[in-house]
Amino acid sequence: MQLALTEDQTMIREAAQSYLADASDSAAVRRAMASEQGFDSKVWQTIAEELGWCGVAIDEAYDGLGLGATELVHIQEQAGYRLLCAPFFSTVCLAANLIQALGSEAAKSEYLPKIAVGELRATAPMSSVADAWESTQIKASKQQDQWLLSGSLNRVADAQTADLLFVFAEVDQGVGLFALPLNTEGIKVSPLDTWDATRRFSSVEISNAAAAMRCDEADLVEKSRKRAAATTRLFIAAEQLGAAQRCLDLTVEYTSERKQFGRVIAGFQAVKHRCAQMMVQVEALRSAVYGAAALAAENPDTVTLEMECAMAKALASDTLFFCASEAIQLHGGVGFTWEYDPQLYFKRARASKQWMGDPSALRATLADALL
Amino acid sequence: MTESVTDKDAAFREEIAAWLSEHLAGKFAALKYRGGPGDEEAEPDLRKQWEQELAAGGWTCVGWPEQHGGRGLSIDRQVIFHEEYARAGAPGRMGHIGEGLIGPALIEFGSDAQKAQFLPDIVAGKTFWCQGYSEPSAGSDLANIQTKCWVDEQTGDWKVQGQKVWTSLAQDSDWIFIIARCESGSKGRHGLAFLLLPLDQPGITIKPIKQLSGSAEFNEVFFDEATAKAEHIVGMPGEGWTVAMGLLEAERGVSTLGQQMHFAHELDLVIKAAKANGKSKDALIRDRIAKAWSGLRVMRYNALRMLAGDKLGLGKEALIYKYYWSNWHRDLGELAMDVLGEQGDTPAQDFDVLRLQQVFFFSRADTIYAGTNEIQLNLIGERGLGMPREPRPTK
Repeated sequence: MQLALTEDQTMIREAAQSYLADASDSAAVRRAMASEQGFDSKVWQTIAEELGWCGVAIDEAYDGLGLGATELVHIQEQAGYRLLCAPFFSTVCLAANLIQALGSEAAKSEYLPKIAVGELRATAPMSSVADAWESTQIKASKQQDQWLLSGSLNRVADAQTADLLFVFAEVDQGVGLFALPLNTEGIKVSPLDTWDATRRFSSVEISNAAAAMRCDEADLVEKSRKRAAATTRLFIAAEQLGAAQRCLDLTVEYTSERKQFGRVIAGFQAVKHRCAQMMVQVEALRSAVYGAAALAAENPDTVTLEMECAMAKALASDTLFFCASEAIQLHGGVGFTWEYDPQLYFKRARASKQWMGDPSALRATLADALL
Repeated sequence: MTESVTDKDAAFREEIAAWLSEHLAGKFAALKYRGGPGDEEAEPDLRKQWEQELAAGGWTCVGWPEQHGGRGLSIDRQVIFHEEYARAGAPGRMGHIGEGLIGPALIEFGSDAQKAQFLPDIVAGKTFWCQGYSEPSAGSDLANIQTKCWVDEQTGDWKVQGQKVWTSLAQDSDWIFIIARCESGSKGRHGLAFLLLPLDQPGITIKPIKQLSGSAEFNEVFFDEATAKAEHIVGMPGEGWTVAMGLLEAERGVSTLGQQMHFAHELDLVIKAAKANGKSKDALIRDRIAKAWSGLRVMRYNALRMLAGDKLGLGKEALIYKYYWSNWHRDLGELAMDVLGEQGDTPAQDFDVLRLQQVFFFSRADTIYAGTNEIQLNLIGERGLGMPREPRPTK
């Protein structure tokens, strides 16, 4: 297992780092938060068309770069560091990841090339428990040549601006995965107000809406959705790693400037030790995320992949929450203000904790495997 | 670093495993899983014989250059060796201070005569070493050494006066290496000498320190005009600190993956105990077992980053490692005792249970020796995050 980055991986990482330092600085994030669609179209265009991030992990056969989990993890880490507001996570880490794992040839040929070049924005529901979309509120029935879907989804990331929703639905026997264009008749998307305004969620009501395609490859749903859920967890963990690192950096920066009692407060052990503890947790998480990514790239068996990614996501959720709350405390009064950034990370920490399963639910799955 | 398996690595792995299963048998079978931290007093004589058994198979000092009697193994191969050694349950190494600390220091800083005198017997598992750094007034403030040394004008040899403390295995060792103050009035890391002394001499007294666990791995070592031969100073007078610190860096983390095998074995014992007494159904215990397992994965990947020389972290992964594993281990000890419940209250006859009790008690030392938690956090804050340094003496 190789944990040192290749030259290409380093290049991807550094490009993301330098682009987002400008395009997604604090002011840009706040502009996006206040905007109606929740992101800057120009930033999305650059990401999709110039930087080519959408196709990084998509197979070359579908016009992607054919790279893997490690490359996407490094992009996600930088996106988390800057709280990038863009439909990148939903399109690439949720939707494309799902189709790549269990889509039929027809579905992959139809959708992956469009996603790879940034032409198509897609999303999929995130389970809030530690399963792999085992239960769905949607039912599908076949009428003539069409699949009609009905049901409701409480919270779907970026549904307000996505072109397409991939959704599991009950069929006569088992479940299928369907592509549902969001401008189809019978679909009502209602944006939700969220404390974390850096990622938008909407509820989606579906009544007898016609799917564009049934996407699942025969037999792959049962076999592969756990793998897709696992890697989505890994990509969330990478984003949380970046965000936790930012909390630490902001805190070290601030405490190294702020003076009380005639000296910078970073010099007090009460402050220094707490920053050091943040670094311990961040570096431990970095090891977990990079290690799980390297493992994912080696195509391990499903149980191993699930355990590694559940481990990374549980750790990432706890670490980010710890670092964001320490950031607020160690910033003192200004940490409690709207103006300073710790609050943004604190809200992301809270929201992301439950995406694809909260830490205690994920650890319960680990315990099931261990005991 | 490549973890996986080229065919040659796999064959090497099998060779070690086969050798160990053949030789860790007969009288040595009693040593399985013994002699680890907290259990270092176990069977010292038999463990010394085991060192010689290892030596006969060519399995001591595997990372040393061949010219000094080692195997010259690459880092990858050393990792494999340590993993297989731990996987087989082979005993804690009586020779680890010679092999891991003073040997590499002599290879780096020693004279040709010192190398010729000391290295072969370390490789052969015949001479055992201990380390004399800490003193009653030089713990976290390690540079505050008070033990003095001076040259005896009649003989040209060094005389040593003072006291060392927390010396592991002094009672079972033949030689000690120390740092002592050779320039009177000097402070901190300046004016120190690095000396080698045989322990069996009139000027040296060893007194065991009984620990809270009831065992006594550590000792006080008193020097009353003890003698180090003139030719047994390593480096120049005044350079002792440089030699001492160089030696701390010598090990490079290759044995960490072996240490993790021990940890994994201990977690297995916890799981076994939890299943046996039904605590495995307790949701809180299950959560803690999952956390402990996650910590093992973190340590493994962290060690792989260390060995890969991760440039992204700029060595940050190495900086956190001691703090991380020692606190993880302490948590594991607490979890183990919570799982054992009443069974934990009585020193166990079953070694699998006793091992967990030892982890609980001895792991309290893990966060103290080799840099306390508090010192580690200073280092992490200062070196890892560039925060202001604690005040230190300047002269």
